[in-house]
Amino acid sequence: MKQMRDKCAIAGIGQTEYLVNSGRDSFSLALEAITNAVEDAGINVKDIDGILKYSVDSSSSVEMIAANLGLPNVTYWGETFFGGGSGCSAVTQAVMAVASGMANCVVVYRSFTPYDFMQGAVHNSTTLWARASGSGDFLRPFGWTAMMDVFSMMTQRHMHEYGTTNAQLGAIAVAARKHAAMNPNAIRRDPLTLEDYYDSPFTTEPLRELDSAISPCDGAAAVIVTSAERARDLKQTPAYIRACAQVLGIPKTTLWWEQLPFKFDFPETQSAYVAPRLFEMADMTPQDIDVAQIYDCYTYTLLTQLEDYGFCKKGEGGAFVENGRIELGGELPVNTHGGHLSEAYIHGFNHIVEGVRQVRGTSTAQVQDAETVLVTGGVPAPTAALILRK
Amino acid sequence: MSEYKKPIPKVNEMTKGHWDGCKNHELRIQRCSCCETYCHPPQPMCAKCNSTAMEWHPVEGKGTVYSYIICRNTSVGEFPARGFTYPYATVMIELDGVEGVRIASNLVDCELEDIKIGMPVSVVFEKINDDITLPKFRPL
Ligand SMILES: [Zn+2]
Repeated sequence: MKQMRDKCAIAGIGQTEYLVNSGRDSFSLALEAITNAVEDAGINVKDIDGILKYSVDSSSSVEMIAANLGLPNVTYWGETFFGGGSGCSAVTQAVMAVASGMANCVVVYRSFTPYDFMQGAVHNSTTLWARASGSGDFLRPFGWTAMMDVFSMMTQRHMHEYGTTNAQLGAIAVAARKHAAMNPNAIRRDPLTLEDYYDSPFTTEPLRELDSAISPCDGAAAVIVTSAERARDLKQTPAYIRACAQVLGIPKTTLWWEQLPFKFDFPETQSAYVAPRLFEMADMTPQDIDVAQIYDCYTYTLLTQLEDYGFCKKGEGGAFVENGRIELGGELPVNTHGGHLSEAYIHGFNHIVEGVRQVRGTSTAQVQDAETVLVTGGVPAPTAALILRK
Repeated sequence: MSEYKKPIPKVNEMTKGHWDGCKNHELRIQRCSCCETYCHPPQPMCAKCNSTAMEWHPVEGKGTVYSYIICRNTSVGEFPARGFTYPYATVMIELDGVEGVRIASNLVDCELEDIKIGMPVSVVFEKINDDITLPKFRPL
């Protein structure tokens, strides 16, 4: 994969307002984020010749995007599934398209509304994993209803094996809120203390409401991926894609939700398999990363990835997040936009946009002299990650 | 008997062997008849040797609590668990002698505050209707 190192860059970023119960449809949100990204990049919209949709639902198809933008010459398109893990995977496909010459200017987007993500899955059952496979029938009769149940199960086991505490999870929620308070686009900006966190009710113990992503919320985000040469001629400071890597499944943790609750294990989440490929492609180590945008559908997801991407040893994620280490000014500022916990839940795509801002030096919680940014997708699920650099 | 309001599993070709076993008070886990690797939930192909000769193998039904959650409220953005009274616990049981197999269930005769990871449990069967019996677990 080294031949793709630094070959492409993110030249434009766009997003919508992040809202709760806006009633807006995902298609118009997608078009708005894409046109904002086009304007940000300073390109002509007709220059787009590749489209990649990142999805878990049926919203906003690539044909309809092309038809509405009036794109005459789309030579590459695709879709990555597995909402949560695959935002960086969609960007990876765009890099492959540009590096191979299949396309020159690729827009990648995620549009997220609760209707598409939650109610859109109702015809299968109350949640996503209970599909026709019958696996859901081994869960729901026992009171399993939600994604959160998987993460709470893992959190409980992590606490048992490594002594991780609620206070450590709370430190993640507090850090996210501090960053969100600086970000006018964030949905949750009220100050949050560890005491407030403790007062937040358990939903699925050991996780609380404040351990969870903002849900439901509406919004979309998009990026423009093009060649490094072209990006240098455009309006913005390029965010070079130093490395990209992805993995569908691994021996123990296996694949998507249907099987996941039965097979989660330590220390192997998919991130632990992405990390070596990613850092090898980048010719970097975790110590070279200045700031990280780490997928945080729950506080626990962020904690386990700090371990899996090698910022600390397995089991030491809890200690790592203490004492402001992941806050602005700390050793490794994480989720400087506020993350899913406090900015918005756009399935990791807002993390990519924030990663680009850090490289450009335009974040509302800018890390001084930031040059390298890690951006990750969710686990446990098919996942991917990027290293962006100045 | 009062009406049962919790979700009842739908039985299909892939899962029938498991539910038939429960009806006969026998916990059955899918096993590859070629390499004897166990698999749960069931799937058509053995992920180890790629055989499609999968069979149903009775297991003793003893195990330990691998992890558990206490559902106290509807999860953010989700629907309430149908028929359950909050709070309740869902457990993931690691079965003895069936390497790598875990099964979701509920504990019977156990208070929420007494649940501990690693506690030994044994299967009991709870008849829901003429077609479905659920495997539950009781602390040993
Ligand atoms: Zn086999």
